[in-house]
Amino acid sequence: MPGERLDEQTMALRVAKEFQDGMVVNLGVGIPTLCSNFVPPEKEIIFQSENGILGFGPIATNPDEADENLINAGVQPVQPKPGMAVFDHAESFVMIRGGHIDLAVLGALEVTERGDLANYTLPGKQVGSFGGGQDLAFCAKKLVAVMTHTTREGKPKILNELTSPITAPACVDLIITDIAAIEVTDDGLLLKEAVPGWTADDIQALTEAKLRVAPDLREMELL
Amino acid sequence: MAINKIVGSFDEAVADIPDGAVLPIGGFGGPGECPSYLVAAVARKGVKDLTIVGNSGGWGPQLIEMLRARMAVLLDIPPDWFDPGLLVNRGQVKKGILSFPAAPAHIHTPFEKAVMDGKVELELIGQGSLAERMRAAKGGIAAFYTPVGVGTIVEEGKEVREFDGRKHLLEMALKGDFSLIRAHKADRYGNLVYRGSSRTFNATMAGASTVTIAEVDEVVEAGDLDPDHIVTPGIYVQRVVVRPREPHPWDEAM
Repeated sequence: MPGERLDEQTMALRVAKEFQDGMVVNLGVGIPTLCSNFVPPEKEIIFQSENGILGFGPIATNPDEADENLINAGVQPVQPKPGMAVFDHAESFVMIRGGHIDLAVLGALEVTERGDLANYTLPGKQVGSFGGGQDLAFCAKKLVAVMTHTTREGKPKILNELTSPITAPACVDLIITDIAAIEVTDDGLLLKEAVPGWTADDIQALTEAKLRVAPDLREMELL
Repeated sequence: MAINKIVGSFDEAVADIPDGAVLPIGGFGGPGECPSYLVAAVARKGVKDLTIVGNSGGWGPQLIEMLRARMAVLLDIPPDWFDPGLLVNRGQVKKGILSFPAAPAHIHTPFEKAVMDGKVELELIGQGSLAERMRAAKGGIAAFYTPVGVGTIVEEGKEVREFDGRKHLLEMALKGDFSLIRAHKADRYGNLVYRGSSRTFNATMAGASTVTIAEVDEVVEAGDLDPDHIVTPGIYVQRVVVRPREPHPWDEAM
């Protein structure tokens, strides 16, 4: 019997290990937003939000500091921070589309072995929403997709071919799930880290696409 | 005669918006950057067959009530938040050119419901091309190429051309008839400054339509806005109208 799966906060903690000092990072809504809670104190990260705000602080935690004119892309009030800048949408996407974002973290519904991403339509919904996600998927220097490894029904989400509408082809660099960290390489998917209690075989059994196992496969570090 | 773009009422500001108009509506998805009273005035006017352009097609009164309940502990949702969902609910909209029409959960926005009922047409486009298409209209650029959207639904019907070995789509400028935007302060020339994260699509849409109407918190004397701080130069703005100090119901003339 494999081990426990990570909860959302712990997945966010693992994603935050990808943050390098000085990086410009855009976090999508959902699990990615939680990553801002796990920036190590020795690193300074510049968060960009596509509604036109750069270098903001953590999400506001009490109503006195919440300002309706200081929100992130998830419409959550954030705290101001020295060095913060604001701008309009055209500038915000010049920033994103011009390749000035080092790392984007997006939620995912499905990812293929080529790094194709589907994340703009919820299952069962007729209408989807790109928001700024498609621009980030096409243009960020590095893209991390974060998601549960399987659907609620236990079906794989890392597939040979997408079954949901595609957001962007061959855009994902790293997949972080509740049981594994998988790199998308030119030679397909490379299993780099397994959550404690999970073997490469356990993970492959829940993955439709073929995984290669990294020679230095290790347990995911979560502290 | 002195230039003065200040208009006395919201109803007067939208009086010449006709049926079938294309309306870029500013804001992003929260109350603080939404041109609520301009949207309310368009709802009161009752014009039909509108094309709305913007990030979302609005949450509408029902979802705003849900948000109010959910966010009450953190962010005060004002009673006078009227977004394009109001126009959709009232059957005034025939088409949306939007980035975020669907709610990010298993609930439906008014626009989503209208799509499902076959009552409106949707042109779904990412925020980057939406913003750039309006910036192009504002700047006299007919069209531009971008790699964003290649190989996806966004590519349908568009010219594809390769630059440096990468495929790009031709995206056309998007010009509106009336841009409805929200800003913080204005002077009689129509110069605008904004607060915090409220520029978003507001500043982008200023000048992207034949007529731009700005809803502001306050009008100040010419010269009070520091030229170094003006975000939207006044020539992009044709009309300015001031928000009431106390919340006002959407369906009462003002």
